[in-house]
Amino acid sequence: MTTQLFGERVRRREDPRLLTGQGRYLDDLGRDALAVAFVRSPHAHARIRDIDVSGALDVEGLVAVYTYEDLPERLAEPLPLLIPHPALTHGRTAHPLAKDVVRHVGEPVVMVVAEDRYLAEDACGLIEVDYEVLKPVVGIEEAAQGAQLVHEDVPGNVGAHMVQEVPAADGRSAREAIETAPHTLAFRLDIERSASMPLEGRGVYARWDGSDLRVYSSTQTSTSVRMAIAAKLELPLPHVEVIAPDVGGGFGVKIMHPWPEEILVPWAAMLLGRPVKWTEDRREHFVSSAHERGQVHYVRVGFDDEGRVQGLEVTILHDHGAYTPYGIIVPIITSTQLLGPYRIGAYRVEFSSIYTNTVQVTPYRGAGRPQGVFCMERTMDKIAQYLGLDRAAVRERNFIQPDEFPYDQGMIFQDGRPLIYDSGNYPEMLRMVKELIGWDSFDKRPHTGIGLACYVEGTGVGPYEGGHVQVTSDGRVHVSTGLTSQGQGHETVFAQIAATELGVPIEKVSVVTGDTRRFGYAVGTFASRAAVMSGNAIALACRKVREKALRIAADALEADPGDLEITEGVVHVKGAPGASIPLATVAVLANPLRYAFDEEARRATQFASAAAPDRPPVAEGEEPGLEGRDYYSPVRSTFAAGMHAAIVETDPDTAEVRILRYAVVHDCGRLINPMIVEGQIHGGVAQGVGGALYERMVYDSHGQLLNASFMDFLMPYATEVPRIETAHLETPSPLNPLGIKGAGEAGVIPVSAVLASAIEDAEGLPIDRMPISPAELYHLRQSRDG
Amino acid sequence: MRRHDITLVVNGVARQASVPARRLLSDCLRHDLGLTGTHVGCEHGVCGCCTVLLDGQPVRSCLTFAVSVDGHEITTVEGLGGDGDSLSPVQQAFAECHALQCGFCTPGFLCTVTALLRDNPAPTDEEVVEGISGNLCRCTGYQNIVKAVHRAAELMAE
Repeated sequence: MTTQLFGERVRRREDPRLLTGQGRYLDDLGRDALAVAFVRSPHAHARIRDIDVSGALDVEGLVAVYTYEDLPERLAEPLPLLIPHPALTHGRTAHPLAKDVVRHVGEPVVMVVAEDRYLAEDACGLIEVDYEVLKPVVGIEEAAQGAQLVHEDVPGNVGAHMVQEVPAADGRSAREAIETAPHTLAFRLDIERSASMPLEGRGVYARWDGSDLRVYSSTQTSTSVRMAIAAKLELPLPHVEVIAPDVGGGFGVKIMHPWPEEILVPWAAMLLGRPVKWTEDRREHFVSSAHERGQVHYVRVGFDDEGRVQGLEVTILHDHGAYTPYGIIVPIITSTQLLGPYRIGAYRVEFSSIYTNTVQVTPYRGAGRPQGVFCMERTMDKIAQYLGLDRAAVRERNFIQPDEFPYDQGMIFQDGRPLIYDSGNYPEMLRMVKELIGWDSFDKRPHTGIGLACYVEGTGVGPYEGGHVQVTSDGRVHVSTGLTSQGQGHETVFAQIAATELGVPIEKVSVVTGDTRRFGYAVGTFASRAAVMSGNAIALACRKVREKALRIAADALEADPGDLEITEGVVHVKGAPGASIPLATVAVLANPLRYAFDEEARRATQFASAAAPDRPPVAEGEEPGLEGRDYYSPVRSTFAAGMHAAIVETDPDTAEVRILRYAVVHDCGRLINPMIVEGQIHGGVAQGVGGALYERMVYDSHGQLLNASFMDFLMPYATEVPRIETAHLETPSPLNPLGIKGAGEAGVIPVSAVLASAIEDAEGLPIDRMPISPAELYHLRQSRDG
Repeated sequence: MRRHDITLVVNGVARQASVPARRLLSDCLRHDLGLTGTHVGCEHGVCGCCTVLLDGQPVRSCLTFAVSVDGHEITTVEGLGGDGDSLSPVQQAFAECHALQCGFCTPGFLCTVTALLRDNPAPTDEEVVEGISGNLCRCTGYQNIVKAVHRAAELMAE
């Protein structure tokens, strides 16, 4: 096949528009739209006594003001609880506008619509809300004590409680295995809150024409936003379309939906009969979208003299903030992915998911895995230190071996399916990362340290994605899939897949994502699933199209379909390039016509074609057109893996941490486009460095987020991210036709673990809490030195 | 609200706007002049997405009032390339090196790097990192942006 593009470093097809200012992000649309701004709660916990909007009524350009009282029945209900779970016994969601009580700073209370955003904010500033301030619940351990309640009807602030146990092969429980193990250790590990923080915030723009609603949202799931809007606004689904335009980063936060604004903005557009738009500002993003990562973990481990784990028990307190619209996915992922590449004798994990008067928690790239990996990798390091063994050797002794796949961890994963690893080669990966960083030859000097961390990542979760592929009579190939894009390069990699499968030049292929007008059935882009799910669906759809093209071409060429192949967009007999027919012509023949509208079409009209007079022009079982649609629905997730190693230097005086080297070995099965996979890893590692050394959400005891700006929430600039050295291992997934695994989240997952490991090595101090600032490291040194 | 008539020379073209004194340059470019290539990521001058060239110098358009630059020359991402669809060496290098993912921060980087390479056509690695250290990117980890700056310097030297 000459058009083999799968696996090539094909340049991105998105770039020309994004490099010239021609991208179309949410706020670039709707220049004629009215602008929305919100009055948001300044209190973490308060009862609303009164809302006085009269001061705002004289603002020039004011169009409308809405409070909870104005919402119609369906809108007045609490927002959906998206992912119910039997363990989530006390799930609670917010109302689109606060009803009676506000439960975090930033909760929307009043919606204002005006001629522009400046005027809308003027009006917001003149609206007076009278609050009775209630005592806030802040801090996960304080919340878990349950002295004050976030929701009056949720005792102890416990939203969910879940236990999973995997006994040892001999039937013993984790607790029994730990108690009888030669050695045991117990310790506490903490990870603080952070957030996805895409550079483009959320945004919604809606137009209503009297019967049809078109909504643009900066979302990771346009199909599901569409269904939510149709349900909430009581519109027939075919009358609602939702489009994710160019999206300026998501990293998880934009999979949450429907946001209050995603319902309220279309509702206002319908009421007012004018286009309406809301663009989130940065402070709003900090206090009214979602955070993640905040968890406390208590670990108990039992192991033998060789460092082999015999039993592991982890108890987790998960801070899910004020509401649980996304369920308990994050602590479920921590609980299950904690096991990593290891064969743990017996395992017990228990979590309590706790309400606090803070911003709600939904998945952020990694989605609970960074916490789980931190637990397991810190555990491995502690075992090695206790036994005086090499940290890499301890890991190696606990690895699942290449001949043990598929490997059943005996748990239920986040997709409700068994946690069965499909493929991998962990010993080889460890060998590679040790070689890349120079593990065995590391020259240990004072205040330098080396660290290592391993992870396994369940990717490509179901339930399904679909692809539609249409070849038009100009020979162009139009691919669409319902999931959305936030910078992953889907237009490029899906085009590579289609071009390879169909045998056409990539220039002929165009890809549309996240537009429900083009493809209505989809789940969304999250959980490192887009390439696995839509990539395979598109490949399957292409195979249908190819089969049909060969059938039609075989008729025309009087050949056997099995003797045909497609190269450079031309169907021809293998070994006889003369006997050929362009795919464009096949597309013409695939659609019998009555009317000729151009030269190509003329060839398919009823008096021009040589169709047999005694057969229907569209044969039984066929459809007109050269197009195909197919879906990929996996039985379960496919498991990627990676190992990172780092060398750090700590400043003896200031306790600043400098990363001298950072090495990544990554296995996501077959690579569609290595350039793009590497880019994903780079970005993930940078976010991981932020999460390990700089980024945290700092709440005070009143529930005020003290660092809700880019001045105080410290994301890494180029000066903070080290050069990242990468190597790939390709262990194909046996679960899907393309043999691929997801790569989107990978880079971020083990960074806190690997840097903690390296800092611990440099300092000789246990590092049990991340992120770690220079001040914190300094204090750790001081308490050690007395 | 009182409005002020201003003229900005944007990408070589004189453009008129009538704006309140508080109108930010970023909003003026985006919403009054329809040049939406300049993006706004934080509205407090930290992220650098809104960086444009004001009389050739990179500035944060979200920290600049439109009325304060009446009569000045502004270059936005839309004006970096040549005629038609042709890309500037910096834009071309970003495409070659995969120096962008979601593309939201990219216009700010392109403006910053254009000025950087004009003033220092052959920067060292350290100078590149320093030169782009006022712009945030959440996608790329900066690896390929640094590469692209060097590549752009090469292209410009050719």
